[in-house]
Amino acid sequence: MIYLSTVGAEYSIKGIAKEILSYKSGVIGIAILLFLIFLSIYTVITIPYDQAIRMWRGEDRMWIENPRNAVPIWYKYIFGKNIPENIAIDSRDFGKKLGIVKVISDIPGTNFKKLYIEFTFTYPYDDFPSEINVFFFAKYNMNAPLLYIYWIKPNNRKIELLSYIVRSPREDILYLSINPVIGNKLQNYIEKTVGEESEVFIPVEMALFAVEDRTLLSSLTAKPLNGVYKVIIEGMLFEKDADIDVRLVVYGKAWGMFGTDDLRRDLLIPILWGTPVAISFGLSASLLISIIHLIIAVASGWYGKWVDSLIQRLTEIYMIIPFLSFLILIATFYKLNIVIILMIIIVLNIFGGGIKSTRALVMQIKNYPYIEAALAYGASSRRIIFLYIIPKILPPMVPGLISSVPGFVFLEAGLSFLGLGDPYLPTWGKVINDAFTGGAMYKGYYYWVLEPSLMLILTALAFAFLGFALDRIVNPKLKEM
Amino acid sequence: MHISMNFIKFIVKRAITLYIIVVISIYITIVVANMGGLVDNFIKSQLLLDIKYRVKRDPEYRYLPPAEQQKIIDKIYDLELEKRGLKTPFLIRSFIYLKDALTLDLGRALQITSDSGSRQVKNIILERLPQTVLLFTTAMIINFFLRLFIGLYLSRHHGSFLDKFFMALSPTSVIPGWFYGLFLILTFYTWLHVLPPGGLVDVPPPKDPIQYGLSVLKHMILPLSSWIISGFFLGCYSTRTFFLIFSTEDYVEVAKAKGLPPRLIERRYILKPTLPPIITSFALGLIGSWGGAIITETVFNWPGLGLVTYQAINSFDTPVLVGITVIYAYLLALTVLILDIIYGIVDPRIKVGYR
Repeated sequence: MIYLSTVGAEYSIKGIAKEILSYKSGVIGIAILLFLIFLSIYTVITIPYDQAIRMWRGEDRMWIENPRNAVPIWYKYIFGKNIPENIAIDSRDFGKKLGIVKVISDIPGTNFKKLYIEFTFTYPYDDFPSEINVFFFAKYNMNAPLLYIYWIKPNNRKIELLSYIVRSPREDILYLSINPVIGNKLQNYIEKTVGEESEVFIPVEMALFAVEDRTLLSSLTAKPLNGVYKVIIEGMLFEKDADIDVRLVVYGKAWGMFGTDDLRRDLLIPILWGTPVAISFGLSASLLISIIHLIIAVASGWYGKWVDSLIQRLTEIYMIIPFLSFLILIATFYKLNIVIILMIIIVLNIFGGGIKSTRALVMQIKNYPYIEAALAYGASSRRIIFLYIIPKILPPMVPGLISSVPGFVFLEAGLSFLGLGDPYLPTWGKVINDAFTGGAMYKGYYYWVLEPSLMLILTALAFAFLGFALDRIVNPKLKEM
Repeated sequence: MHISMNFIKFIVKRAITLYIIVVISIYITIVVANMGGLVDNFIKSQLLLDIKYRVKRDPEYRYLPPAEQQKIIDKIYDLELEKRGLKTPFLIRSFIYLKDALTLDLGRALQITSDSGSRQVKNIILERLPQTVLLFTTAMIINFFLRLFIGLYLSRHHGSFLDKFFMALSPTSVIPGWFYGLFLILTFYTWLHVLPPGGLVDVPPPKDPIQYGLSVLKHMILPLSSWIISGFFLGCYSTRTFFLIFSTEDYVEVAKAKGLPPRLIERRYILKPTLPPIITSFALGLIGSWGGAIITETVFNWPGLGLVTYQAINSFDTPVLVGITVIYAYLLALTVLILDIIYGIVDPRIKVGYR
């Protein structure tokens, strides 16, 4: 509601800033907003647009070493549990880091060479890893190296996992967790050790890291065995120039500050990039629509007659048209980028509800003595509108402008949630959509939904608080109530 | 009660204007929902693909030479276009659609079928409407009374702690209902496992009607709460501000000066004049809610009009989209007209204005 009593008040930037800060909600709003703007600038500088999109599309398997659906690392402080983190050991680091041995020795009289790689690592975590992969970087022409992989647990039991022939001289990945040979071998090994048959399949990463007793027979009771693990890779290289390097990755269940999604992508990227997108989208939609509404309302109020009734009828037509359906329809049909979505939202809002109250204001100002005076000395309509009317109705419009930003931010999020947002940009709504379709609600990946949601709420509240404070400043009558 | 000729003239004029508005909005909907005829190409190419596939697999035609096959395909395609009326240009067809829509001849859906297997748009809408009305009308009514009573209470105690509490929390209403829905699902389904995350009834649906009703109620709790929470604080707060503004009117001061009891003042001098605008917004909101809420219904997988709208959009089922808009437009226009008439009769100022 806009009160005319205040229209004549004087405004200066310094005065407004001072007034805003005299409200608690104003201080909170400004503080959050400054933080978000700082975050946006930081994001755009550190992760440029092209890079963000490349990362979000996961080009060149850049996320292959991230665990899937990993929780943020700080979870361990909240739950007081040592959640496993990634352990990566690379034979190319031999000599640079501890716990790595790589020896290649010639077998005299032949072109063959013997390979011995030994990785040693401690496993201090309270849970099992999520996945284990071995990456091979081999160099050979015709005859691929033959490898034997052994796993030694802290209890000094040595398990022969499998013999493996490298499949490609470029990069080859052995997915240990889903390898059926290893799975069966470990199943047999466990059953023999425990002395009891297991009714269910024991996951590979559990069998490799668990305490070997009856608890292992159920995933509910299995306990990880902490201590020093060894992985030994022995093998034969069949060529003179052949060489091989091995990288073992034991995937954790916690990763980074924000965790990862089901495609192993770091959620940091959409969380950061969502900020500039949301703020600029919300602000520009709100600003442009307010300006258009202002122009239309002034035209309607000032010229009256048929212009007025035409505009009134148009707003009534807009009332019936299903706005969201149209937006979704157009977005589905064309797979739009965010700028076009913005423009469509503006077009669909041209004759929206905001016009009515501004028009009423113009009608009132129209009868003020100073306008009559201006008319008397022969001022043109344009002069009166731009110099005498618009400056007067601008201030009361500002709170509405700011308060309507969250609506557009959530509109974009809603579109993304339906899978209709910008196809390339990583945004908060898209992460929520991914989480929803990725079963976060059913599997309990809270962080996946909550992180983007909290960012959205933060953004929305910043503008809502600021708008609230501005509303009180512009309409002092509200202050008393 | 005397109703003047001028007032009837006003109502007739208003009715005609509203009808013209409905016609124009429906026409715009038809053009946009068909993407100005672009959807035709989409349907045509899909049709051609279907026919090709059918002919190529039909044992009768399968061993014919490709040229012969092509001829048959062309013939069937041509017939099919004729049958579906796709041969007339879109501009002419759009007016045929408009006539059908205005006479509530909503036609057949392209893809979507109702649960009972009908392709009639009317049946699809009638099947989904009750669910939407059940959910959102309940939400609207609960919201209406909550806001009215709490708003009234707050205006009586303005400046109290509770009043300030509502004021401080009113910015939370910028967050839409569907978004609260996500949190409710996370809390009551994922975490506490007490309520279902979505759907209308348990699977399989209980046979006993009482059990069935209870199951629907259980599924309604979360979507209902999401819509109540979303507007709660701002709704109560603005109702309260509205009452406060009216309670500073001169005639209220006079009543107070006369020494009338506060309850009487409230009922006669504050509530009575403020009710019409409150009821207007309630009525318009009620009709608006029957259009369903696309995102909320998607979040909760609630089988109402919003969800069917979303499905229709995804399968470019324009007849369904247009059908929903037509019904919605008629309902809205009718409500506006009825409100105009009621106010004309009830509000003396308006009645005098047209005498």
